[in-house]
Amino acid sequence: MSKKRKLARGAAVVGAGMSKFDMFADRDSTDLFAEAFGDMAGSVDKGLDTADIDALYIGNFTNDFFVGQSHWGAILADALGIVPRPATRTEGACASSGLAFREAVFAIASGFYDVVLVGGMEDMSKRSTAEVAEGLALAADSYERGVGFTYPGVFGAIANAYFDKYGACRDDLMNITIKSHDNAALNPRAQYNVSIRDIMAKRIEKAKSRGQAVPSWPDEKAFLADPGANPVVASPMHLFDCCPISDGASCLLLVGEEIAKRFTDDPLYVAGIGQGSGRGLQAAEQLTSFEATRHAAQEAYGMAGLVPDDIQFAEVHDCFSIAELIHIEDLGFFKPGQGYKAIAEGRTRLDGSKPINTSGGLKCKGHPVGATGAAQLVEVWHQLRHEAGDRQVNDGNLRVGAAHNLGGTGGTATLTILERR
Amino acid sequence: MSDVVERPFGDYAFQQYLGQEKLMGCRCVNCDTLFVPPRSICRLCHKLNMQWQQMKGTGKLVTYTHITIGPPALAAQGYDRDHPYCCGVVELDEKVRVAARIEAGEVLGSIGFGMAVRVVFLHPADRANGRTVLAFRAI
Repeated sequence: MSKKRKLARGAAVVGAGMSKFDMFADRDSTDLFAEAFGDMAGSVDKGLDTADIDALYIGNFTNDFFVGQSHWGAILADALGIVPRPATRTEGACASSGLAFREAVFAIASGFYDVVLVGGMEDMSKRSTAEVAEGLALAADSYERGVGFTYPGVFGAIANAYFDKYGACRDDLMNITIKSHDNAALNPRAQYNVSIRDIMAKRIEKAKSRGQAVPSWPDEKAFLADPGANPVVASPMHLFDCCPISDGASCLLLVGEEIAKRFTDDPLYVAGIGQGSGRGLQAAEQLTSFEATRHAAQEAYGMAGLVPDDIQFAEVHDCFSIAELIHIEDLGFFKPGQGYKAIAEGRTRLDGSKPINTSGGLKCKGHPVGATGAAQLVEVWHQLRHEAGDRQVNDGNLRVGAAHNLGGTGGTATLTILERR
Repeated sequence: MSDVVERPFGDYAFQQYLGQEKLMGCRCVNCDTLFVPPRSICRLCHKLNMQWQQMKGTGKLVTYTHITIGPPALAAQGYDRDHPYCCGVVELDEKVRVAARIEAGEVLGSIGFGMAVRVVFLHPADRANGRTVLAFRAI
């Protein structure tokens, strides 16, 4: 794959927004998407007339299973009041809205449309934990699922393979979890916007107020190593290695590059988009790397004319702690087997040389699966425009950020690179 | 032999064979590449010219996990936090990898990387309707 691909017409992001992510007993996908849309519309500096939207691309994994409703393209187009304009749903498991964004870019690049709304949503919390696991496992191949693999199980097996190959251990994964919580504590829209230290303090306080034995953890890692506080889900994945069950929605406004300034004086340009496919766990070339990610990265870097070192910060698909480690190696930020050392050195922290998941990532921001790919780009939008508040990457010359979205056992991956010019 | 030749190279046939305690793959007649589970189109040469091949059923464990929160069907079998089940990936002696249940792997630490394993077939209570699960246990 040496062909350098490019768009026939450039595309730019001129607005981005998301709903709060959480488990909502009384909210559905339509009103969550309305919240995300309102947030996005408010971010368009020169204003958006909804009537100008030519088409909608919406990512959703399996609301069919979660809430017994499919056909979300038309439903959301109606909710927005843009019927009869076209609406298309994309599905690529947890990469569904990564795909929606890419298809929206192609719709612009072809010249057919000028203003496209792209987003994603998922409503997961109305089902039990076991049912959610079953719904998500629909994306696994029938052989993995048939023998009893869940997604925590798949990533547990990948983590054990990584440990065996490179000598990392659970302590290395804890660094990822602690960092995710530290970042999310600075993100008001995150589902768990609380640090591990604050969780510990709250539990100690609770035990005291109830007159129970007061736990004492010398530090965050002691807390994470305590099986009472952090029980195993699928070894070595424990509760705090896993993203939560979430409801939420996200969206972005994508327009032809030459009309971007009609909407804002500070658009973000689509510098590179890549997508790849992969096989299930048993047929994968390696147990510690996703072929789909590597291909997506190659396409995106090739189109952008950039190398991994040019990406100043990134959101990566940390559905599990080990996944973040695998991705930062597959994306070329660190060499295979070196990622966990870079993490231990603090290089992926907010003040490190390559901040990863400044939003708190899927682990803490939340992972309403179909909303995730677009929500990652919402974070890139805030960071590149220096609108990320307390979690702003402290670099006055922030220019290039990326979002990596993964579906299934690496069956689908996208990498999107946005650039501020 | 004739039934072997005629079965399509897909999941149904693979499952039927598991029910008969046979771990079957297929080999590309054109380029000799082996696949388990079976597939119709060769991943390497893309030809549609497969023939069935039975695996010896021995191999080594390349990775594994103990799962404490399983899907509803496994929870119904009594697996839970205190009684995890084990899933893994086995590299067969024929150099092909398969995902499988790992038996006698319930006790944490009782299994490990590179462990030599042999196939076992976990039949459902209702043989006519359920799926036989591919599993391995330590030799």
